[in-house]
Amino acid sequence: MPNPEPQFDDLYRELILDHYRRPRNRGALENATQRVEGLNPVCGDEIHLDLRIHDGVIEDIAFEGNGCSISQSSASMLTDRLKGVTTEEARRVMAKFRAMLMKGEPPDPELGDLEALEGVAQLAVRVKCALLSWNVLQEGLTEAETAA
Amino acid sequence: MLDVMRIREDFPILAQEVNGHPLVYLDNAATTQKPRQVIEALVRYYETTNANIHRGIHTLAVRATEQYEATRDAVATHIGAINASDVVFTRNTTESINLVARAWGDEHVGEGDEIVLSLMEHHSNIVPWQLLARRKGAVLRYINVTDEGELDLDHARALIGPRTKIVSVVHMSNVLGTINPVAEIAAMARAHGAVTLVDGAQSAPHLPIDVSTLGCDFFAFSAHKMLGPTGVGVLWAKPGLLEAMQPFLGGGDMISVVRPEASTWADVPHKFEAGTPNIADVIAFSAALDYLKALGMTNVREHEKQITAAAIDALMAVEGIRVHGPLDVEKRGGAVSFTVDGIHPHDISTIVDQYGVAIRAGHHCAQLLMRRLEVPATNRASFYIYNHTGEVEALIDALDHAFRIFHRAESRTAVR
Repeated sequence: MPNPEPQFDDLYRELILDHYRRPRNRGALENATQRVEGLNPVCGDEIHLDLRIHDGVIEDIAFEGNGCSISQSSASMLTDRLKGVTTEEARRVMAKFRAMLMKGEPPDPELGDLEALEGVAQLAVRVKCALLSWNVLQEGLTEAETAA
Repeated sequence: MLDVMRIREDFPILAQEVNGHPLVYLDNAATTQKPRQVIEALVRYYETTNANIHRGIHTLAVRATEQYEATRDAVATHIGAINASDVVFTRNTTESINLVARAWGDEHVGEGDEIVLSLMEHHSNIVPWQLLARRKGAVLRYINVTDEGELDLDHARALIGPRTKIVSVVHMSNVLGTINPVAEIAAMARAHGAVTLVDGAQSAPHLPIDVSTLGCDFFAFSAHKMLGPTGVGVLWAKPGLLEAMQPFLGGGDMISVVRPEASTWADVPHKFEAGTPNIADVIAFSAALDYLKALGMTNVREHEKQITAAAIDALMAVEGIRVHGPLDVEKRGGAVSFTVDGIHPHDISTIVDQYGVAIRAGHHCAQLLMRRLEVPATNRASFYIYNHTGEVEALIDALDHAFRIFHRAESRTAVR
């Protein structure tokens, strides 16, 4: 019996690999209002997120980090999706993204490109990679709201 | 030489498919699989012998005690120890090191004293010493690692001095496979009146060990990395050392006389085995030692040299793969760390797992070494007695799929 050829299309979608190879909004912000970072101590994945939030709007956002394609592409897509949106929308997208990965819910249209990470929900050990930048974002949003 | 195909028949777990492919288990530095003989010894113990040891008068208690103590004898023989009473059973290597950091360290290490470790230590041989240093105001020093992945002995010589109280170094690196000249390092320590602990977690399973020639004062290792069950660690101490140490944990089995205010301790090694130990797993460990003895540790080492050389050659032949650590198999064991250009170890591990290949990806509990190597993480394939070169080929084939998946993305990106 021939061995099955694993299908990675669900996990390593072209869009994920594209964001991994060509990360968007990579770097630091000069006028960041929040600088937050997160580390996954188990695997060493690392994300630094710079946010410039004024009047409840994420005016600019940038990230730096290193780690696997899932953690880095998730961060890149996060910045792409959330640049210029209100913090309220950011929280809504965050909740929908988590629901997709942690509860296996179908991707909400509001997620946009982030739906490419849907396949990660099938690999429990990799979910934390995709969520790292979002946990960092949450810290930044909370910090901004407390400061406001 | 080992008859690998014959050996594989003793390991029921290996005869399975994972994700539709034959399991290729290359994570032996994390834990090894168990032969039927060990599994049967566990079952036999519970079916015929189970009783608490060192206390009961009845037949089963005596039988269990005899088997437990017979394993201590077997461990002593396996590592060339003169006295079985210098062998303490713990839960794992980590606990063995913590025992020394507490029971020896608290007594002998004071403010300003120095503890010498190396940058290639597992966290289990770093954190217990950091805790000791914090309790006592002692200072930690780290022997550097060369670009070739070996300990910098000149640096060691410079670090180890009159203020050094203990040197604790790994015998074989769990990341690089490097075999360290621990006898030479122990001699440096001895010259300054310091003691040496050797972390043998990776060496005891793969090399013939003779503690009497290593020159160290403590030697720590775990059963589960050498065919034995989980939950059994060993600490060997040079004759006389354990007697002079205070207990680590207090409780039953480690006392002589208990009075309301104070107690006196049992003789060694029982002074260091408080409470009911992991009797079943210790006894089953003896079947693992028998198995290794029948193979011969020299043959185990020879086999691993061969397969490690094959793995290094095969990995280095692939463009974009870098092997870390010594390339000469005389200087290293079978834990082979490598990195792949442009593909993170976790992605590699996920992909090769889909082809039934189990390797480890991450920092391998050695963050100081990762920083020294300037890599966030590595892939690690680690071999044992049941691995054959066909499995090295399976790894390379699986890696090729990873290249194809990531290469596809690259070319698509280039087109845009």
